[in-house]
Amino acid sequence: MTFDQILFYVFSFWFIASSLAMIFSRNAAKAVLFLILSFFSAASIWILLEAEFLAITLILVYVGAVMVLFLFVIKMLNIDKSTLRAKFTGYLPLGLLVAAIIIVEMTLVLGGNQFGLDIVTAPARHAADYSNITVLAMQLYTVYVYPFELAAVLLLIAIIASITLVQRNELNRKKQSISEQVNVQAKDRVRLVSITTPSKEDK
Amino acid sequence: MISSIKKLVKDFSLGELRAGMKITAKELVNKKITVQYPEEKTPISPRFRGLHALRRYPNGEERCIACKLCEAVCPANAITIESEMRDDGTRRTTQYDIDLFKCIFCGFCEEACPVDAIVETQIFEYAFVDSREGSIMDKAHLLEVGDKNEKMINQTKLEDSKYT
Amino acid sequence: MVLWQSFVELVHELIPWFDGSIATILIILIKAIALVIPLMLVVAYFTYAERKVIGYMQLRIGPNRVGPKGWLQPIADALKLMTKEIIFPTKANIYLFLLAPILAIAPAIAVWAVIPFDEGIYVANLDISLLYVLAIGSIGVYGIILAGWASNSKYPLLGALRSASLLVSYEIVIGFALVTVVMIAGSVNLNDIVMAQKGGVMHWYWIPLFPMMIIFFISALVETNRAPFDVVEGESEIVGGTHVEYSGMTFAVFFLAEYANMILMAVLAVIMFFGGWHSPFEGIPVVESMFAWVPGIVWLLAKTSFFMFLYLWVRATFPRFRYDQIMRLSWKVFLPWTIVWIFVVALMTQLKIGPWF
Repeated sequence: MTFDQILFYVFSFWFIASSLAMIFSRNAAKAVLFLILSFFSAASIWILLEAEFLAITLILVYVGAVMVLFLFVIKMLNIDKSTLRAKFTGYLPLGLLVAAIIIVEMTLVLGGNQFGLDIVTAPARHAADYSNITVLAMQLYTVYVYPFELAAVLLLIAIIASITLVQRNELNRKKQSISEQVNVQAKDRVRLVSITTPSKEDK
Repeated sequence: MISSIKKLVKDFSLGELRAGMKITAKELVNKKITVQYPEEKTPISPRFRGLHALRRYPNGEERCIACKLCEAVCPANAITIESEMRDDGTRRTTQYDIDLFKCIFCGFCEEACPVDAIVETQIFEYAFVDSREGSIMDKAHLLEVGDKNEKMINQTKLEDSKYT
Repeated sequence: MVLWQSFVELVHELIPWFDGSIATILIILIKAIALVIPLMLVVAYFTYAERKVIGYMQLRIGPNRVGPKGWLQPIADALKLMTKEIIFPTKANIYLFLLAPILAIAPAIAVWAVIPFDEGIYVANLDISLLYVLAIGSIGVYGIILAGWASNSKYPLLGALRSASLLVSYEIVIGFALVTVVMIAGSVNLNDIVMAQKGGVMHWYWIPLFPMMIIFFISALVETNRAPFDVVEGESEIVGGTHVEYSGMTFAVFFLAEYANMILMAVLAVIMFFGGWHSPFEGIPVVESMFAWVPGIVWLLAKTSFFMFLYLWVRATFPRFRYDQIMRLSWKVFLPWTIVWIFVVALMTQLKIGPWF
């Protein structure tokens, strides 16, 4: 067994173990942490497959930003576990059905009959100085530039849509205008008045 | 118009931030005014009100006549005095306690005293570490402080005499 | 370098298992220790420098009692923190409570793996080292968030909430600001970025990217929770934020992580905008040969020290920002500026302005 294989099995074990722990953990914050661990394990496996860019992007986007927001939301919400548990049995058959469909689909699409070594040739090992980020950029910005731009526009639309959904009751809201506050000068707020004090002779 | 352009230029060249950082940079190289306390000490006024002391006359007789004016004037009720007639017929204290936890070092006792018996010295480096009892200065302690520092007390009284 | 090469070969010969993989890991471990121990020492003396510099700016003289001129103060502090008791809050989640400082310090040190100190002096030469720095650096926030959550206390929770939203918004700004550097250098490898700036002060990127440099530095202040953006700690409002319930060594670890991150951001600013290990006298006829003997790492450390000093200078000068003002600064001021500057840089690259492209 080579060292790569040992690493692969270690990372895979952590990946599967943390994913299971994520599903079965009762504490939402702990579940998020296990999810982060499984992301890390997945990224490590990708690095073993020489896909550093994907691995780092997974960590940067999902671990660095998305999961932070997840934790943020979990802290803000007070999740009522009893109601969730009460509904669990009701949704169980439907959930199992969906899970079964997904498993069947994934085996059909990602199974050995699609990606087996007899169908696809084994990817070649590259030297340490091989830059797959350049290759990826080449593909993304020449061959697939339209789908790439389309995805970007789609994301922009999603951002605008989510902001407009949240921005209701603009009129009734009390809010501060920070730019106004920041731009205030001393002379806008303070009026210096010189008053001549009456001397004793005037009285 | 020109003033608004000026403001724009100032804002985008971080004018306010630069002004602030200039001040701190200037202070960085200025002379430092810290007094290195145990080695260096700031001068103390002759009217400084520190630890209390009971004084004696030059012949060794204690000054205090147990008139209890200090006890009466003390705003913090820090002074407790018991007195008795001595064998030679004079009234003297048997107990003279100052509770330093209560004392606010106002100096009223010193002012009230008709015979200049109770004074506040310039000693401020004292600490009562052991217990609550350690904070109470009894008569023996007060006289001891007075005996030890008679010279300093005389000196400060002399310095202050010009202004009283 | 030759000595090091022969040492590496020796280790490989002595430990031949798994095609030398174990030996490689051992070599990496030695490199990491050689990096981390000086780093921790620098952190220790950075705290001393901070107290001294801020003291001087406030007309005080700072610590001067432990050892000559107070030189042993950081060691005394470390000893004090090590011997102090670690207190666990009631009903706190102890595993997460202890995991939080580890999660804070691990990324802060791991990021240093890809920092090039001189030509060929680094722990790892990653092809995507800049992305690695950003990705691993963004994990550090979990330490603070978990500390806030696991403490079972209200002020840490408030601090953690602030930290989460701050870091997410400023990571975007830092990312965009560094994109301009990547656009000019044409690489996300920190080595290549430094090599692209060869040729003297005028070739460094701080001239075409001056606004980006300022934005990067200010965002770095936010990322490392430094004054005037230290709302995560916010002594006057939330008494100490995420650190409230931590004592002794657990607190010290947070402290180490914060300062390691500060130094990292300073090094990053030097690598990105000030030519890394390149001498500032390159290209000037006489002076260049005069200073040719100075190794590159000295220049890097000298430039880094200036940025570290800037951190202290800023802390001594400015009062703390209000939380919503910091958010506005990120989304309404910095982000538009960085995006505009990306277009400017794109134009400059196309028109081949200056010596940078």
